[in-house]
Amino acid sequence: MATIQLSKVEKKFGDLHAVKPLDLTINDGEFVVLLGPSGCGKTTTLRMISGLEAVTGGRILLNGKEVTWKHPSERDMAFVFQFYALYSHLSVRQNIAFPLQAQGMKREAIDKRVNEVVDILRIRHLLRLRPGKLAGGDQQRVALARALVRRPAAFLMDEPLGALDAELRESMRAEIKNLHIAQHATTVYVTHDQIEAMAMGDRIVVMSKAEVQQVGTPVDVYYNPSNLFVARFIGSPGMNLVKGKFSGGAVRMAGNDRYEVPPAWQKPLADSLDGRDEVILGFRPEAARVTPDGSMAGEVYATDMHGGHTVLHVNICEGEIVHIRSDRQNTYPMGTPIRFAIDPEMVRFFNPRTEAAVRREAAR
Amino acid sequence: MSQVELKNITKRFPTVTALQDVSFSFEHGEFFVLLGPTGAGKTTTLRIVAGLEKQDSGTISMDGQNIDTRTPAERDVAFVFQQYSLYPTMTVYDNLAFPLRSPLRKTPEPEIKIRVESATEKLRISHLLKRKTAQLSGGEMQRVAIGRAIVREPRLFLMDEPLSNLDAKLREALRVELKHLQKTQGSTTLFVTHDQIEALTMADRIAVLNEGEVVQQGTPDDIYDRPATTFVAQLVGTPKINLLAASRQEGTVHVKGSGLCVPAPRLALPETFLMGIRPEDIRPDPNGTFGAVVSLTEPLGVETILHLKAGELPLLSLVPGMASQRVGDQIRFTIVQEKLHFFGPDNRRIAEERT
Repeated sequence: MATIQLSKVEKKFGDLHAVKPLDLTINDGEFVVLLGPSGCGKTTTLRMISGLEAVTGGRILLNGKEVTWKHPSERDMAFVFQFYALYSHLSVRQNIAFPLQAQGMKREAIDKRVNEVVDILRIRHLLRLRPGKLAGGDQQRVALARALVRRPAAFLMDEPLGALDAELRESMRAEIKNLHIAQHATTVYVTHDQIEAMAMGDRIVVMSKAEVQQVGTPVDVYYNPSNLFVARFIGSPGMNLVKGKFSGGAVRMAGNDRYEVPPAWQKPLADSLDGRDEVILGFRPEAARVTPDGSMAGEVYATDMHGGHTVLHVNICEGEIVHIRSDRQNTYPMGTPIRFAIDPEMVRFFNPRTEAAVRREAAR
Repeated sequence: MSQVELKNITKRFPTVTALQDVSFSFEHGEFFVLLGPTGAGKTTTLRIVAGLEKQDSGTISMDGQNIDTRTPAERDVAFVFQQYSLYPTMTVYDNLAFPLRSPLRKTPEPEIKIRVESATEKLRISHLLKRKTAQLSGGEMQRVAIGRAIVREPRLFLMDEPLSNLDAKLREALRVELKHLQKTQGSTTLFVTHDQIEALTMADRIAVLNEGEVVQQGTPDDIYDRPATTFVAQLVGTPKINLLAASRQEGTVHVKGSGLCVPAPRLALPETFLMGIRPEDIRPDPNGTFGAVVSLTEPLGVETILHLKAGELPLLSLVPGMASQRVGDQIRFTIVQEKLHFFGPDNRRIAEERT
């Protein structure tokens, strides 16, 4: 059981911030994902939580008690790495038992715990093998078992699926999530893969350039990204973002498209752009619908068959391409002119100077 | 550009048979994809077409002419690799001009300039012409590598996983551009990948390779909607198709322990067989015939993967948007019955109608 609080935690290397002061509370039993591109500070943050990396400022609290300067072994957190870090000369059983032996636990108690976790992870049949004989997925299961067997207050996982192929990653993703649902141990999970973050996280902490961009549930970061970075980074493809000018209640885009701004957005938009007219119109690929009376126009640049659906890539003006998710039967030859409408509930606006999202609620 | 035909190609290495009786052909202007897992023989096929590797038996022809004895240079194909293999100290311009300046071609400089500029415009890298390639990002480098193939105006493009070193966002963007470019240029392309999404989204037609053999050939629609074997069915589509052991009982198809029961199709089904259901064809519906418990939800944004348990049977369902279902919920669902797949004990699709 663990609540982890980070208060103004930061990491500097000389004058350079690897992590800018960060406040975050990870609740007991929560699965929190630190998400961002490489170099954004997510792994450094995780390593500071674990104690493998010293903070250069701020405090870390575990269940209300300060652990900022405690040794990693005194924090009662188990770390799972991308590379399994298993002992190649020990059997799977010995690898899993190792942390308990190190604690000086009795043989019977160890056996009992090991038997428990191998059943949870369904690796009992591997107990006698050496890690070198195992497939990547099984090696990672053993690494998870070794973390699980300690019954730590929290799990810290650093891209544990990063070394696996796409197919295995998908099934292991579900396994780890199932494990979490069954055990409800506080988990902090680092990844650069937004799909993994969306699929697994109770909450996602999106990071970029050493800074937190947004903290929210998958629904929050997907539907209400706080800025352009999050809008682009989350989703595959990311949110469509089209430059335009706001005047007379509409957004005008190059190529003479005119998008009538929904009533609920009129005032917030006018308020937040403080006198300037540049704005960025954002919509998810599934928010657009091909229809002859749509207010947006473009030419089909490419049509992608994705199995269950089609993605239309539409050139709306001078190389500005938007992506529309559509039904399987909607395929068009390249160059076909089409019109589309945007679901007024799913349109978003951004201020191009600050890159921040315009908030509908705040301005009410 | 060219029509290419491979006939009964077999290739053995000392310890393995890499290709066994591989035949396929593609037309002028076609984007043809070889799809398969690691070790399926995709790259070997590509190298044999290029002339970098010699087959043990079988023939390759281009525009009706046998090319088996031609050297790689004589075949006039351009290769794009996963690794960009650019000259790091040369500018983008010189990298692109390099193949044209070779003693074999000795293209005049004014023509080189025209070709390079036209290629860089198409690839949107005109602004990079004076840069050294070492200063470029991965996506830019791969554009230059593709540009270097384009300027040669070869008869055939051979591409070996050119996008797999790029991160997800970039791969997506370049995929669309490559496809657009191929269609506007009408260039004949043989493209190798292990990524089923790349194959489905880019190909005019696909040949699926497994363990050195062609398992199925067809359009993306054929491969996805009518997979010839369980291997193909599981290879394409994410999340993976549900494959269920089923049996025939008096005009219905049953899946043991799940409560799933559908009218038997007009197919010659054996007593026991496998039934395939794509996750998007399992649809939550309050009035649905079948019941299940939600065991896990994976919200991906544009869609949500629901892990269901129908009785003892785990099922995957793919629903649009951020689903409202929660772990532990009892739900009802329907199955799109016209989209069911049936495979016999030999793992082959059952297509023959019942007599």
